[in-house]
Amino acid sequence: MSEAQIKSLEEEFEARIARDEKIEPKDWMPEKYRKTHIRQMSQHAHSEIVGMLPEGNWISRAPSLRRKVALLAKVQDEGGHGLYLYSATETLGITRDEMFQQLHSGKAKYSSIFNYPAVTWADIGAIGWLVDGAAIINQVALCGTSFGPYARAMVRICKEESFHQRQGYEITLKLAQGTPEQKAMAQDALNRWWWPSLMMFGPKDDESPNTAQSMKWKLKRKTNDELRQQFVDQTVPQAELIGLTIPDPELKWNEEKQGYDFGEIDWDEFWQVVKGHGPCNKERMKARVSAWENGEWVRDAAIVYAEKQQDKKLNKAV
Amino acid sequence: MKKEWPLWEVFVRSKNGLEHRHFGSLHAADAEMALENARDVYTRRNEGVSIWVVESKNITASNPEHNAELFEPAQDKVYRHPTFYDLPDEIKHM
Amino acid sequence: MNTNLYNYLLGIADNSLILGQRLGELCGHGPSLETDIALTNISLDLFGQVRSYYQYAAKVAGDNRDEDTIAMMRPEREYVSVLLVEQPNTDFGYVIARQFLFDVYHYMFLTELQNSKDETLAAIAKKSIKEVSYHVRFSSDWIKRLGDGTEESHARIQNAINDLWTYTDELFHQTEADKEMINEGVGVDTSKLKEQYYKHISEVLNEATLEVPDLKYFQKGGKQGVHTEHMGYILTELQYMQRAYPNMSW
Repeated sequence: MSEAQIKSLEEEFEARIARDEKIEPKDWMPEKYRKTHIRQMSQHAHSEIVGMLPEGNWISRAPSLRRKVALLAKVQDEGGHGLYLYSATETLGITRDEMFQQLHSGKAKYSSIFNYPAVTWADIGAIGWLVDGAAIINQVALCGTSFGPYARAMVRICKEESFHQRQGYEITLKLAQGTPEQKAMAQDALNRWWWPSLMMFGPKDDESPNTAQSMKWKLKRKTNDELRQQFVDQTVPQAELIGLTIPDPELKWNEEKQGYDFGEIDWDEFWQVVKGHGPCNKERMKARVSAWENGEWVRDAAIVYAEKQQDKKLNKAV
Repeated sequence: MKKEWPLWEVFVRSKNGLEHRHFGSLHAADAEMALENARDVYTRRNEGVSIWVVESKNITASNPEHNAELFEPAQDKVYRHPTFYDLPDEIKHM
Repeated sequence: MNTNLYNYLLGIADNSLILGQRLGELCGHGPSLETDIALTNISLDLFGQVRSYYQYAAKVAGDNRDEDTIAMMRPEREYVSVLLVEQPNTDFGYVIARQFLFDVYHYMFLTELQNSKDETLAAIAKKSIKEVSYHVRFSSDWIKRLGDGTEESHARIQNAINDLWTYTDELFHQTEADKEMINEGVGVDTSKLKEQYYKHISEVLNEATLEVPDLKYFQKGGKQGVHTEHMGYILTELQYMQRAYPNMSW
């Protein structure tokens, strides 16, 4: 293809997205679109399955049977969501095994929030309420993204995740209404998870060079700062309602912008965790790698068994 | 490491009377496992009464590059649609 | 309170509680995403059943006990689950072998329990057996895959079966409460299931190209509350919150 031809294909491609048409896997697409989608979608998938770990730690210690089944179902959902996202990414010509290799080698990233430890039961509440709350804001926007398989996966995920945040808020609510010890536990979890949750929306707009391109492809519908603001505005009243305090002395209502002003995020910490030096980066990766390596003989056995069965069937047919 | 488990496409009938609809895909070593995995992955919330699985490599798909010749010729065949025909107003339903 | 009925309920429910707890430990660590999700489904089924039994047990007790205090506030010696279900997740072979050896028993047990004169128990059994027939299918399929898979998987699953075989006989032991409940037509006479159990297990193992262990000595004690050393650690996690923060609601 000549450069002029590619250019005209690209123009037509951008025009289709601008008209709100969806791009499907077999459609022609610019190489950059494919690569960017593989990167973002696999990162999203990795976040789901690494995200199973901090909460998974509490399944065996959940304080009641009702909480235990809800948590199990939630963590399992995250596995399911990882699976939907891996499948959607595979339509772009990469295998799940290749994506796992990228995760395990450190080449692929996942959401930094999961590198923080879940140290008390109240953290399970805070993760559901804040982390899932922040994730949902991002994901709802992605239901209208331009790549068909990604958009469809997001629709399914958003539908299923609607209980996750409620689950977390209910846990926190119950603690906030409980004994002083329980309330202190909830406040402590909020103190620790608040700032990392704000970091989930990524760097500030002026330090986020890919925003324009992502907006064009509808990988983003709003900027990082806009989404962060939306999260703060939505969460502050939820905290107030149950008598918890957002750990930000600079937080105050701004009548003019009809939103909250809030303090500066510790960006040094943000970059430190992104670069692999968060409290749990190593543990998380170790858990994923060992699940993968310990599972190898199982996956191999199933393949060999399937081949043997196939051979038997063929022999019978002869 | 041996081969990766192949990819399967999953079709689910939500309830009797409806067609099977494409729900997504998954990996499984054989058809039996694909059915079980589909049940565990795609019908956790009571979404189905029947599942089909087919190995993805067995699907033959049309190529979007041929969309013009495949699909556009049907666009102007308006006589295939009921609105093409004029009937007196007195006939309310036909 | 009807102590025999209460103890009988615990005898059934504790098995599912401890096995569910073991499976819950695996969530997020399975050999593939699909298998991970499947094992969690089994765990969820078991916990669902556990809640029905304990809620009923709380009603039978008629005091301030509830499903959670019954599940989490007993001393170790009062848990009457069989030794099989507390065995650790050594590898996927042990997970599947433990599951298979329990599922086949569980299915046969629930089949009979549907005829219990106790309507609540019969109803729980009717609901649970649908779940458990899927468990049997899942674990039997995996026994075959691992048995007739690679050399390594064959060796691993055979090893797990050999190790866990010693805990199978206890499934058919009867406590005093069991005997009373059988006499009243409420409980299942498990002694009648034993032959069929080993026959079925052997058939599946044969199909999976595995050896049926030839063992003369079996372990017992779980039903009397005398567990293996693993149990203390399981309960430490299971009971952690209820013990560390007593009398609070969550």
